[in-house]
Amino acid sequence: MNDTVVPKVEMRNISKSFPGVVANDCVDLKLRKGEVLALLGENGAGKSTLMNVLCGLYRPDRGEIYIDGKYAEIHSPRDAQKYGIGMVHQNFKLVDSMNVLENTILGLRDEPFVPDLKRVRSRLVDLASQYHLDVDPSASIWQLSVGEQQRVEILKLLYRNAEILILDEPTAVLTPQESHELNRVVHVMKQEGKSAIFITHKMEEVMEFSDHVMVLRKGRVVDETSTAETTPKELARMMVGREVLFQIEKKPMAPGKVALELSHIEALGDRGLPALKDISFRLHAGEILGIAGVAGNGQRELAEVVTGLRRSSKGKLQIDGKDMTNKSPLEIIRRGVAHIPQDRVSVGAAGDLSVASNLAMKQYRSRPLAAGIFLLQNKILDFARTLIEKFRISTPSPKTQVKFLSGGNIQKTILAREIGAARTLMIAVYPSRGLDVGATETVRRQLVSQRDAGLGVLFFSEDLDELLQISDRVAVLFEGKMMGVFDTNTVNIDHIGMLMAGMDREAGA
Amino acid sequence: MDFLTSVLTITIRAGTSLTIATIGEILTERSGILNLGVEGIMLMGALSAFATVFYTHSIALGFLVAIGIGGLLALLHAFLTTTMRANQVVSGLSITLFGTGFSSFLGQRLGPASNNFRLVGLRAERIAPLAPDWAEKIPILGAFLNQDIMTYAVYLLIPIAWFFLYKTRPGLWLRSVGEDPQTADAMGIDVIKTRYFYTIIGGMLIALGGAHLSLSYTPGWSENITGGRGWIVIALVIFSMWNPARAVWGALLFGGINAVQFRLQASGTSIPASFLNMLPYAGTIIVLVVMTWWEALSKRVGAPAALGTSYMREDK
Repeated sequence: MNDTVVPKVEMRNISKSFPGVVANDCVDLKLRKGEVLALLGENGAGKSTLMNVLCGLYRPDRGEIYIDGKYAEIHSPRDAQKYGIGMVHQNFKLVDSMNVLENTILGLRDEPFVPDLKRVRSRLVDLASQYHLDVDPSASIWQLSVGEQQRVEILKLLYRNAEILILDEPTAVLTPQESHELNRVVHVMKQEGKSAIFITHKMEEVMEFSDHVMVLRKGRVVDETSTAETTPKELARMMVGREVLFQIEKKPMAPGKVALELSHIEALGDRGLPALKDISFRLHAGEILGIAGVAGNGQRELAEVVTGLRRSSKGKLQIDGKDMTNKSPLEIIRRGVAHIPQDRVSVGAAGDLSVASNLAMKQYRSRPLAAGIFLLQNKILDFARTLIEKFRISTPSPKTQVKFLSGGNIQKTILAREIGAARTLMIAVYPSRGLDVGATETVRRQLVSQRDAGLGVLFFSEDLDELLQISDRVAVLFEGKMMGVFDTNTVNIDHIGMLMAGMDREAGA
Repeated sequence: MDFLTSVLTITIRAGTSLTIATIGEILTERSGILNLGVEGIMLMGALSAFATVFYTHSIALGFLVAIGIGGLLALLHAFLTTTMRANQVVSGLSITLFGTGFSSFLGQRLGPASNNFRLVGLRAERIAPLAPDWAEKIPILGAFLNQDIMTYAVYLLIPIAWFFLYKTRPGLWLRSVGEDPQTADAMGIDVIKTRYFYTIIGGMLIALGGAHLSLSYTPGWSENITGGRGWIVIALVIFSMWNPARAVWGALLFGGINAVQFRLQASGTSIPASFLNMLPYAGTIIVLVVMTWWEALSKRVGAPAALGTSYMREDK
């Protein structure tokens, strides 16, 4: 593309820091009209921060933004909207209790005092059919699947005539099929002259979606290049600054006794509807059982039942040969069960507490970290420093509040704590979700080494490649039902994909 | 006047101040701000309205002063909880403590020298029922007509507040701020401004509810004239599930039990008066707990999701 053309968006010299962290350091970015720019980088590289600056949520400490060559004053999301900038955030910006129509017009000043929802609906339906973004306009957001919610987010931007779309890790929550659909939608928007910025840390997506790619590392631009002129391997190297091993070495499985057994487990979800239906399986010590499935098909509930956080309404749960049905989380922890929860920020870690406190959270009840009811702060700090070094948690100090760490480092903190507490079982729910290549590698290696150390590992993931690579056997969850358990050496990935979508016609094949 | 109509008349009269204050608190809580200062603001509203009318003989001015005082106290709450990000419960409770103490203090200082500077026991103009004499003779309907201008205003306020909240653009924005301030902000809605605005509007309505007590329901000033109605309002907001259309039922329930116990006391029953005085409170709380529990089980309803939390854009 010709560089003399005025770029649609130009960010010059953007710097932004948070307490203890420099998120962006003199970043320049150019987005040309009708182009898709991939923003690639590890967690904590500053991709989301940079985009939050562009969409008006964060104020940069320094730097300017130009739209169509003109200086743009963006101090709030409202200003950004005026320049046609719209962002699909990683955590969707949708009000759960409201319906699709209400969410669509939220914040729009040109809607009349009493919004004409019929008109909104008809325009939304038009847009939906134009872009093949099928969604029920009168459904409340909480009733929609994650994929549908993303469609609502995109429709919302289209309704607002956004010219510049920012997508923050849009495929993290989608099935492979839904990702392809998204790619097609982005393609149509491109043809209409809209531009897009696409945040990701997956090489394949950079290749599939983008025209240009910009790599960020530790808040700085490493390189910018045309996608056609690069390779995934080269990108990965730029991203982490060293060669990455994509393969994990795994010893053959040496299964021991049954570590976890579920018989006919049923449980209700948060909305009082059945979330788990007649789940039975066995997990042996020294084995990794992978659970495949699109998010929201009972994974979280299954993990919660096993860890004592959710009551099962029926069935039996045995851990290490002992009946642990509906026992308290503490009793289950005392059986040596570790849990890496799905929601690392609100369930996995206490954000306002220090890294050290979070690391000590499963050991503080007894020596050496406590004497009676007193916590031995120095011992806790020493203990934390050891783990911070061992797991390469990057934090300014053990006393830093966990909420100031990046997602990957929060996850490493949880991992370090849980591995210390694991003796029989490790329940890992999407442990590598949203993590960069380096942190993902750490997580995967640790899971395999836990297995080799004789633990049973229950491993939930949405990334099929990862799942098949790590697990010894894999099971598919769909709408709370177990769709079968397969040996990873013999299973066919397409078959798993079909089961994830609820189609088991080929099950006999 | 038949028994039912007379009980209903008192019920509606007693429910008026509650309904106004409840709708005010609903608007505030819908923006995500919990204002536990209701009791204090109602007391200050009642006192300032009565004192103003006593000296100026203008009921309109009395209402205006009450509204102003209520708005100021709510502004203080908004400033502490949104700008200073103080704990909403603590801030609200301090306003109640302040309002209770200060209104009692002023009640002993603002009066005329002839009454030893006390406001207690004085008379001032009061708002009287609007309807002509014949209207109150109509069974049932008469109870609705035989009311003062404030009650008539409440008849309008309920549907207007409901329509505003659920059908208009600013109502939609208000709800989004209380449900999910992050989303509201990202959609270009000024969360802080919204919270300030509805906290102040809420405070004004709450003070107006207090003014109705001292200018109409129990005319005159007496210490702690609200008798804990501010706390009943907090309960009614929950019972109404933050819906103005339902606020009226809770207020009528409290007013109704009140009316019945009045009649009982007047008829010279042997039940101790303090027990009867307790009934409206105990009855309301029991019904609220049972209803809310049953309701929460059967439907997906609940408090605005962000109620009680402060918001700052770059917070993690």
